Amino acid sequence: MIAKAYFGRRYALSASHRLHSDLLSEEENRTTYGKCNNPFGHGHNYIVEVVVGGEVDPETGMVLNMATLDEVVQHNVLERFDHTNLNFDPMFVDRVPTTENLCREIFRLLEKSLPKVDLARVRVEETENNFFEFCGD
Amino acid sequence: MIELTRRATFSASHYYWNDAWTEEKNEKVFGRCARRNGHGHNYTLEVTVAGVPDAVTGFVVDLKWLKDVIEKEVLSVYDHRHLNLEVPEFVDTKVIPTTENIAIATWKRLDPAVTRAGGARLSRVRVYETPEIFAEYKGGL
Repeated sequence: MIAKAYFGRRYALSASHRLHSDLLSEEENRTTYGKCNNPFGHGHNYIVEVVVGGEVDPETGMVLNMATLDEVVQHNVLERFDHTNLNFDPMFVDRVPTTENLCREIFRLLEKSLPKVDLARVRVEETENNFFEFCGD
Repeated sequence: MIELTRRATFSASHYYWNDAWTEEKNEKVFGRCARRNGHGHNYTLEVTVAGVPDAVTGFVVDLKWLKDVIEKEVLSVYDHRHLNLEVPEFVDTKVIPTTENIAIATWKRLDPAVTRAGGARLSRVRVYETPEIFAEYKGGL
């Protein structure tokens, strides 16, 4: 019998952002985003939780080697976003860097780099009280 | 003497930069914190006051009052702001908004209000930049 299991790991990154949509007027931006629209931005300690699913390898007993996941997340996510201003990332030039959008883009970046397992879920915590999840389209 | 602590949080962005240094030296000393587009944190502030519990109320200070003081003196200035560009004590790189300096600046913002109110004194300000890093200031040098 094939055993399927899920493996999750959490990573931290610190970044700043400003929520502002070019599709909205100045007033609409202020109304929609409130203090998150303040012109110079603000920042968060984000937690990125990555959950992968797959068969438990009978030789290793693992779904995915933790070191492999660490390398993939480090290379594709942390090196790109940690200690940056998200609004300046090419991904967010024409898209608002809400944590919903960040969560979905992180999912897509990781999905391409983890071909041997199913990326089950990416969860991004913006503060202790807010989080966003994306499980793929 | 009892110490009483109230916790508050704010989210802000910042970068580390010393104008007296070259770009190379800033990058060498401050690393990725020197990136000029900045980055940000969820800061946690712990404000500790010390005093004797009031004989009638049993309070060292009224915690709702302390909450309002923190909101007015600190959070309304720091929360959802870029510390280097918008907060007076840090603009024009007068003071680099390190966690240490944020602790000192927070103390300076709170101490007059706590002293004015009488009854208790400000004992300690602790600022967490991340859950793993914090700085404390207890006044003085």
